Amino acid sequence: MIMPIFAEILTKGPLLKGAQMKSRNLFLKTLFFSLALAFSSASLWATDPVTSKEPSHEDSADHSVSTEEQISDYIAHHIKDAHDFHLFSYNDASGHRKHIGFPLPVIVYTSQGFRFFMSSEFHHDDSGHQVVERDGVSLVKYHEKIYELNAGEHALSFGDDGHHGVKHEVGLGEELSEIAESEEFDASHHPTNAHEVLDLSITKSVFGFLLVSLLMLIAFRSLANQYKKRAVPTGFGRVLEPLVLYVRDEIARPNIGEKHYKRFTGFLLTVFFFIWTSNLLGLTPLGFNITGQLAVTFSLALFTYLITQFSGNKEYWKHIFWMPGVPAPMKVILAPIELLGTLTKPFSLMIRLFANISAGHIVVMSLISIAIIMKSSMGAVGATALSFALSFFLTLIELLVAFLQAYIFTMLSALFIGMAVQEHDHH
Amino acid sequence: MTIPNLVGAGLIVIGAGIGLGQIGGRAMEGIARQPEATGKIQTAMIIIAALLEGLAFGALFLGK
Repeated sequence: MIMPIFAEILTKGPLLKGAQMKSRNLFLKTLFFSLALAFSSASLWATDPVTSKEPSHEDSADHSVSTEEQISDYIAHHIKDAHDFHLFSYNDASGHRKHIGFPLPVIVYTSQGFRFFMSSEFHHDDSGHQVVERDGVSLVKYHEKIYELNAGEHALSFGDDGHHGVKHEVGLGEELSEIAESEEFDASHHPTNAHEVLDLSITKSVFGFLLVSLLMLIAFRSLANQYKKRAVPTGFGRVLEPLVLYVRDEIARPNIGEKHYKRFTGFLLTVFFFIWTSNLLGLTPLGFNITGQLAVTFSLALFTYLITQFSGNKEYWKHIFWMPGVPAPMKVILAPIELLGTLTKPFSLMIRLFANISAGHIVVMSLISIAIIMKSSMGAVGATALSFALSFFLTLIELLVAFLQAYIFTMLSALFIGMAVQEHDHH
Repeated sequence: MTIPNLVGAGLIVIGAGIGLGQIGGRAMEGIARQPEATGKIQTAMIIIAALLEGLAFGALFLGK
């Protein structure tokens, strides 16, 4: 949907005028710093309620949950995808836990067919105790996974020891967060009287994905439309035009080559702006972590992989299966290695983006938590000041990383595509 | 996380650190020698650093 718009911008877009660059640089710098300041202070505010967070599993036998465990729990929950938006929580006058956020639609395919409802029906329960009844299907949510209870069951039960209390989740994302768990936990990790359903819900990340797509569609549609009226865009288009030209002239053209770059510029621009916008959205206190989901980076890398393979020319395949210029036995040895090489390239694209963004989010949240952890030793003001200073500078670095990762992904995609389409005329 | 995993992660990070140091240091030398080529050197540096980073993250991910 967006790629044709880029094509339109590229065909009609004029070149950047150098005279405007100075004032623009100043403007961009001011914007950059004020955004960083706003983000870091806002994230500080948004995470503050951790201080008053009670043990979230009221049913859990162990009530002595330490602050550190709560914080790592909170970070693990942020890194994971979720079925609702959770902005913050507090205890009201009567001591009840209040959650502020908004629900998202749940779409599940159960044994009885599709079921639709809002995630607010789970009442912020993530321990599998709030049962949602929908036309003969009982659904529960446990660790952000939705399970369908077997007929006649009214609660989720786990293996023999029933161990499902607060866990120590550390590491990157859901996959890596299982590190800390031992094997016997894994044995009872899955509920025994329920099965997973096909979950097509609009989760937090899917919502963010759609939001980014919508933002990009609006921004680039308006930019493309402007070229029908005038040669130089006005307003926000002036920020976008140099970026579009940058991707075309600095990334696509030198890496893919004069002859073929036009075919792939649309894809590269879409990937670049999607990753960048998602990364920036992840720095807002809304709690998005779109590019920190393996599924998202996997599908982005999959597109690069498929485009590379399907646009590969004869030379490209010849270099994979029958490397020219080496002895015949070596050709046999090299073929599987080269074939594996085509897979490791998109694999490293996937892991790089996922790990960078997840690690960034974990570090920012850990630095924010300093305000809570150091409160007893430094006092509230000192701890908050330290936490603010550190998270402010890290947010600045994260703004750079947000751009850098989008750039790297696009650049390497262009490099891989360029390898597949280039013509070897040096023989 | 078991102890061999932690040792392995440490080794990966040491290796990646040495590599990044080499890349950054040599890029600095190159820029000092030829300041007019700063842009090209930086681009190449970032690409190599990203490849190295991908390798390190991949190893950490697979060895978790």
